[in-house]
Amino acid sequence: MAHWFAKLNETFIATEYWTLLVDGFKNTIIITLGALAIGVVIGSIIAVIKYFAEDSEAMKPLAAICNVYVTVIRGIPMVVLLLVFYYIIMKSSNNGVLVAIITFGINSGAYMAELMRSGLNAVDAGQMEAGRSLGLSKLQTMRKIILPQAVRYILPAIGNEMVALLKETSVAGYVAVVDLTRAGNLIRNNTYDAVNPLMAVALIYLILVVGLSTLLGKLERRLTPVAQHRKSH
Amino acid sequence: MLSTENLTKSFGSNHVLRGINVEINKGDVVCVIGPSGSGKSTFLRCLNLLEKPSGGKIIFEGDDLTAKKVDLDLHRQKMGMVFQQFNLFPHMTVLENMTCAPLMLKKATKEQAEKKAMELLERVGLADKAKAYPATLSGGQKQRVAIVRALCMEPDVMLFDEPTSALDPEMVGEVLDVMKELAQAGMTMVVVTHEMGFAREVSNRVLFLDEGIIMEQGSPEEVFSHPKSERLQSFLNKVL
Repeated sequence: MAHWFAKLNETFIATEYWTLLVDGFKNTIIITLGALAIGVVIGSIIAVIKYFAEDSEAMKPLAAICNVYVTVIRGIPMVVLLLVFYYIIMKSSNNGVLVAIITFGINSGAYMAELMRSGLNAVDAGQMEAGRSLGLSKLQTMRKIILPQAVRYILPAIGNEMVALLKETSVAGYVAVVDLTRAGNLIRNNTYDAVNPLMAVALIYLILVVGLSTLLGKLERRLTPVAQHRKSH
Repeated sequence: MLSTENLTKSFGSNHVLRGINVEINKGDVVCVIGPSGSGKSTFLRCLNLLEKPSGGKIIFEGDDLTAKKVDLDLHRQKMGMVFQQFNLFPHMTVLENMTCAPLMLKKATKEQAEKKAMELLERVGLADKAKAYPATLSGGQKQRVAIVRALCMEPDVMLFDEPTSALDPEMVGEVLDVMKELAQAGMTMVVVTHEMGFAREVSNRVLFLDEGIIMEQGSPEEVFSHPKSERLQSFLNKVL
């Protein structure tokens, strides 16, 4: 035991490599949250376009463009996408974190579009008809009637996407970003201690994922079923 | 005030409406009856363009609703609709259900809208449910709320799509009573219904729809007591 503590001290404390882990942790969180925000925006725009395109000829070309985007993004491995953005599309930027946020966001948007669309479709079609019959426009009905109801179907799915995203960012090291994984690997490289840095990294991911899942589970229970929590008194 | 000219509607090769001409005047209470699959609901849903007609015209207050440049949302504000499945907004209270459209469309201030909503709720005996969510209401209560929600927009005509078909039998009466009162107050109404008693008692005109056309029409007395066509006779024999 004492030996192990000595080893820990040697690997993380004395060398001050623990700060590397902290920086890596920060970058992982920043990339995950940034990408999630971009993904939600892209995802909801595509979902709404495709939802409206189901009964509007005018929206069909836009929906077709969205389909191409979703197909292309989902067909390319994340690491390849990241390299393409870093070395080709965003070549002029040497801010790896920014490139990672944008790339992961664009990737995530393609997946979230489908999650959100199924959330919108889960709301009874009569709700749109009721809104329209009162004279509300499509967008007004979407905003006030459909979206607030779709959220309780969509939020849990977004939570799962967030967990997946968090783990997926571990490939950000490919474009010179020091994320949590890369930090662990750098420490391993410099200290010749493979066990402790990698175990530490794995443990941090695990705690993050478990914590996030617990939170989401609580949120989900609060969201469904909507009526039982809002009974009048 | 509301008329159709040679209205047709097809779903693929299924010709549901095959040329409907009707003229509905202010204060009319028109009941639409007919066997299931005859196109009654489709006809009603075409009137406010929830279904897009395949052909023909729908003239509402002088404007052709099927024209490309028409502002449909504006006209729909003047056409209330009540659905078989109520379609209340489950994430809003009864009061919010009623004031949501008037407020969003800036038809009234919050105060005015709520005052009006409460008056209407009072009229249908549901003032105590203003703060309740739809999930806590019975079917009959839901449908009464749906009716007054539509009335909050002060429509010129009300469309009812089988308003009592999804209700338990003991709740049908309370909804029909509200509709009856509405008719007596002079509201123009188009009602798709299986309630022959209501059609006979409240309407001033009955349309018998069959195979996508108006097979027969007339006063309730004419339609129910002296049916001319064989189709109407056999339909009435089955339902009365």
